[in-house]
Amino acid sequence: MRNPQLNKHGELQHLLTLDGLPREIVTTILDTATPFAAVAEREVKKLPLMRGKSVFNLFFENSTRTRTTFEIAAKRLSADVVNLNINTSSAAKGESLLDTVDNLCAMHADMFVVRHAASGAPMLIAQHLQHTGRDDVRVINAGDGRHAHPTQGLLDMYTIRHFKHDFTNLTVAIVGDVLHSRVARSQIAALTTLGVPEVRVIGPRTLLPTEVEKLGVRVFHDMSEGLKGVDVVMMLRLQNERMNGALLPTPQEYYKIWGLTADKLTLAKPDAIVMHPGPMNRGVEIDSAVADGTQAVILPQVTFGIAVRMAVMSMLGSH
Amino acid sequence: MNILISNGRVIDPARRSDSVQNVYVAHGKIVALGSAPDGFHAERTIDASGLVVAPGFIDLAARLREPGFEYRATLESEMEAAMAGGVTSLAIPPDTDPTLDEPGLVEMLTYRAKKLNRAHIYPVGALTLGLKGERLSEMAELVEAGCVAFSQANVPIIDNTVLMRALQYAATFNFRVWLQPIAPFLGRGGNAHDGEMATRMGLAGIPVAAETIALYTYLELAKITDARLHITRLSSAAGLALIEQARADGMDVSCDVSINHVHLSDMDIGYFNPNCHLIPPLRSQRDREALSQGLAEGRINALCSDHTPVDDDGKQVPFSEAEPGATGLELLLPLTLKWAERAGVPLMDALARITSDPAKIIGITKAGHLSPGARADICVFDPHAHAIISRENLRSQGKNTPFLGLELPGKVRYTLVEGELMFDH
Repeated sequence: MRNPQLNKHGELQHLLTLDGLPREIVTTILDTATPFAAVAEREVKKLPLMRGKSVFNLFFENSTRTRTTFEIAAKRLSADVVNLNINTSSAAKGESLLDTVDNLCAMHADMFVVRHAASGAPMLIAQHLQHTGRDDVRVINAGDGRHAHPTQGLLDMYTIRHFKHDFTNLTVAIVGDVLHSRVARSQIAALTTLGVPEVRVIGPRTLLPTEVEKLGVRVFHDMSEGLKGVDVVMMLRLQNERMNGALLPTPQEYYKIWGLTADKLTLAKPDAIVMHPGPMNRGVEIDSAVADGTQAVILPQVTFGIAVRMAVMSMLGSH
Repeated sequence: MNILISNGRVIDPARRSDSVQNVYVAHGKIVALGSAPDGFHAERTIDASGLVVAPGFIDLAARLREPGFEYRATLESEMEAAMAGGVTSLAIPPDTDPTLDEPGLVEMLTYRAKKLNRAHIYPVGALTLGLKGERLSEMAELVEAGCVAFSQANVPIIDNTVLMRALQYAATFNFRVWLQPIAPFLGRGGNAHDGEMATRMGLAGIPVAAETIALYTYLELAKITDARLHITRLSSAAGLALIEQARADGMDVSCDVSINHVHLSDMDIGYFNPNCHLIPPLRSQRDREALSQGLAEGRINALCSDHTPVDDDGKQVPFSEAEPGATGLELLLPLTLKWAERAGVPLMDALARITSDPAKIIGITKAGHLSPGARADICVFDPHAHAIISRENLRSQGKNTPFLGLELPGKVRYTLVEGELMFDH
């Protein structure tokens, strides 16, 4: 069974997950992103790499930030962008996912940027395109269920590389709701692929998935223990609905034990950086003093996100 | 019609016999083996040289999708599939729409099946009305209408008082109760085995405890109610261990497993293959090995197809949204042979798991064996021929199986039902 995101030459055809993506491809994406970061500094923030290409942002789940950064990235590459928020259009009318895709293909889409609540939905689209002989259409996963958020994982790697330069001597802690987090899964896959010797996950047992250690991470439940000596702290967003379902008692107790405060951060290395994929819940998983503090690199993450998405789009769009 | 099946390797697991001999069929029955009875004149001779002659297969779970889900499959399409698969007796789970909780409905289904004159059907009645787990169905009436047992299909009863009463009531008449071990809440919303694979894929997990907790409950309640319990579709090593413990304690309980679960594990979901979305979920490789071994040693009594045709609309969606189930009637023999090959099980024992053993569970006496006087339900197959499973070759309306594209052993050549040649290939 071939990984559907690679073509038969092992080249990137779609970007669906970082799990199993070869290290060279990850590194190439990060290298490609570097010059794109500079484009944002120019007066004319545009490159002609995807001129004439149609990019469809297919968002079956709400998102502002991710959709916007994909849109900016595509526009900076001179592509035409169409945004579709499907929860307000055809899915409500009962059209199936693949019917939607077929219709947009008939409009000569070149690339789909897909967000969907079900794990594996972008992979289904990629497989469908392959089965129906539309190998020229590309799919980028912009977040599927709990499965993957590869461009987020990549922009996080870009950020870490920017501030820490080398992956092979780092200790990285991922804190919070790993169970429901596609971001965490992509981060873990990327960090282990890039040779980070110690990746930790920290959280209550209710928010860590079964056998998570088999993904190559060390499991901590104690925040102080887990933060000790780390170079990078990657916070995860805690969704409010986790208070239902008996996963946690209250946001207050969560904050007290696993919320990142300036105090707890002193346990990490003095030059540790703090990351968050956004949007943040201040006072739940992170204290404002940390979020706005000198160690936080949360806004650079957003800026780099555009460069990384430009890199992915241009690599896929210029095949 | 008088039929002579000549020179086949006749394997009859019920009598532990395996030899090359002739089988004589007349008036819907097997009239003799070996030499022709006096005055026997064959109107048709089937040359079975190099082929295996076995009792027609008995499947403990085949959803024919009628009534209620005719867009997915019909009695006609699925009966054709059964004939092509050599399956001559089918137990029908009650999860139709409406459910099999009405004697009239069961009579209608039986009548429709009889008219088609293909496989014999053995309806399993709903244990509770609408499978809702609230009120008991009219079990005595349903048995009169043709039901052979009662089950909840894969809908668990939430209220243990209702479950206990249902078992007590069934035990009053010594009716069989088939229960699939699914705890009502644990693993709710899940769609894959709770383990490394589900964690990697971001699929909501169903822990093994969802099976074992249900088994503890069923076994305890069976103990105090004296119900005749059969456990359907085991998925885990721990589940099997519990059943064996209950047997060691003196309880008479049988169990079965599906063809998918002795061959596949959660690893086979691969890149979100919706055809691997099954109930119960495919579990770890260790579980699969335990089930395979348990079946080989007869600790699991029977192998079934758990035939569940789903149309493309139900499967061409993301994994978690896909309707669970796989088509299986035409894969029962190939996957039984493949399993036997892999697990080193003699052909006789392998065939027992799909003939004489399930016959005992349903309570069929006149079929499932090849003794003179038995109903002439016979499958003649080539154990050495291989075929690739493809959408085009499947007669079932459901093309949903994890085995699409795979080459499997065993091709059915002839299927006889009550002495009539129903399939000839």
